[in-house]
Amino acid sequence: MSLKMWSLKKSVWVFHVNVGACNNCDIEVVNMLTPKYDVERFGIKLVGSPRHADALLVTGVGTHQAVIRLREVYRQTAKPCVVFLIGACACGTGIFKGGYHVAGPVDEIIREVDPDAIIAYVPGCPPKPEAMISGVVKVLSAL
Amino acid sequence: MNILFWIIIVPGILVLGLVASWIVRKVSALVQWRVGPPLFQPAYDVMKLMGKEILIPQDAQRTVFLTAPLVGLAGTLLLSLMLWRITVAQTAFVGDIIVAIYLMVLPSLALILGSSASASPHASIGTGREMKLVMGYELPLVLAFVVVVIKTAGSVGPGEQLSLAAIAQQTPAFSISGMLAFLAALLCVQAKLGFVPFDIAEAETELGSGVLMEYSGALLAAWKLMHALMLVALPFFLVMVFLGGFHATLPPAELGIPVVIAALMVFAGTRLLAARSKFMDVLSLLIFIGLCVWLGLGKYVLILVLLILIKNTNPRLRIDQAMKFFWVYCGIALVAAIILASIGYYYDIHWL
Ligand code: SF4
Repeated sequence: MSLKMWSLKKSVWVFHVNVGACNNCDIEVVNMLTPKYDVERFGIKLVGSPRHADALLVTGVGTHQAVIRLREVYRQTAKPCVVFLIGACACGTGIFKGGYHVAGPVDEIIREVDPDAIIAYVPGCPPKPEAMISGVVKVLSAL
Repeated sequence: MNILFWIIIVPGILVLGLVASWIVRKVSALVQWRVGPPLFQPAYDVMKLMGKEILIPQDAQRTVFLTAPLVGLAGTLLLSLMLWRITVAQTAFVGDIIVAIYLMVLPSLALILGSSASASPHASIGTGREMKLVMGYELPLVLAFVVVVIKTAGSVGPGEQLSLAAIAQQTPAFSISGMLAFLAALLCVQAKLGFVPFDIAEAETELGSGVLMEYSGALLAAWKLMHALMLVALPFFLVMVFLGGFHATLPPAELGIPVVIAALMVFAGTRLLAARSKFMDVLSLLIFIGLCVWLGLGKYVLILVLLILIKNTNPRLRIDQAMKFFWVYCGIALVAAIILASIGYYYDIHWL
């Protein structure tokens, strides 16, 4: 394993992208970052700019308006990076499947930009913070 | 031996800076009743950033954008080397306090240049705030040093009034005017480090990360290292100017080195157990701080902990509030301190 990947695992800075979530997943993401779960123990930190980020926490179905921004945010993220799709909506459009505003599953949109993107799925409506942490740990140990 | 010392010192300062930024994050975590990051977290962060892609915005002014972090890093490195040299080798030149003041502006200047070259609206708001903040705190900082120069004028040799090495032998903080100046300078250092309540230019919640918005990869790592170095250099400077410098009462080497190694091993052992119990975690921090105090770094730790506590117990100020704070309140307090110090100097009253 390269030093690059090893240090990436030790320090994951996350950036939160909402592409049309019902806000419930976002609350749970913020919940994960509170002192109760204390993810700084694992080097996980919330940052305010995609250029600093190692992981994008994407929530929501990907509406027509939001996916344009999502593509741009993915392009602006410094590689190597991991994309986490948080919630049933982001994993596969969930209850909004076939809706007029849905531009397609988020993973396909990201694959259009970068076919080799590392994408991880954390299902749930909304997923618990424990589930998200477990997802992050699983992905990092699989890298 | 001597040459070896000067070769190790640059990486040594970097390591000290990274440890200091770990202490900042760890103590903040303890204040918030969390566990906090592991000891090597700042080092992991820098390593990771080194391996990441460097993105340069399309409209950015490339040369300035790329060189600004290096200028800032070089400036702080120079400052910390100078302070080390005065502390360890006791070599100095007349007027070095002025050079130190100039070098202390360099990081903020580099930050302003770099962020204004990055062509981002968030960064440009951050730049404006950083500029105003620099103007805000430079005045009280210089006034505070004027107080020190007046306080120590009688006790240092002729022609040495502006020499840091001579001033570091005195403790101006043990007087009313000196204490006022010390407190004002402490808050200026808080602003220089960009800590809450003066993290106005970075403002995570409203500006993303403001001035650093467009930086990524190794360039961001350079900024992080610069910040870590400032965590060493600025409190060092305060200690030397106000608190009488460092006087390590080191025992002879044959006794001292084994004790230091033993203490470091106990520290490492407790760190390994820290994941299991909160007690060991806090104990390791205490052992580490005790070791620092024993090696003569106690005053440094004191200032660092003061800075962290101010950081963790205050909300962010607006830029106009910060300006008003520095110019009006700190300004008035410092003018009073200068008058007191002058009276004290004239009538030879040391506690004024
Ligand atoms: S997965 Fe559920 S909670 Fe999350 S955004 Fe979709 S509907 Fe809301």
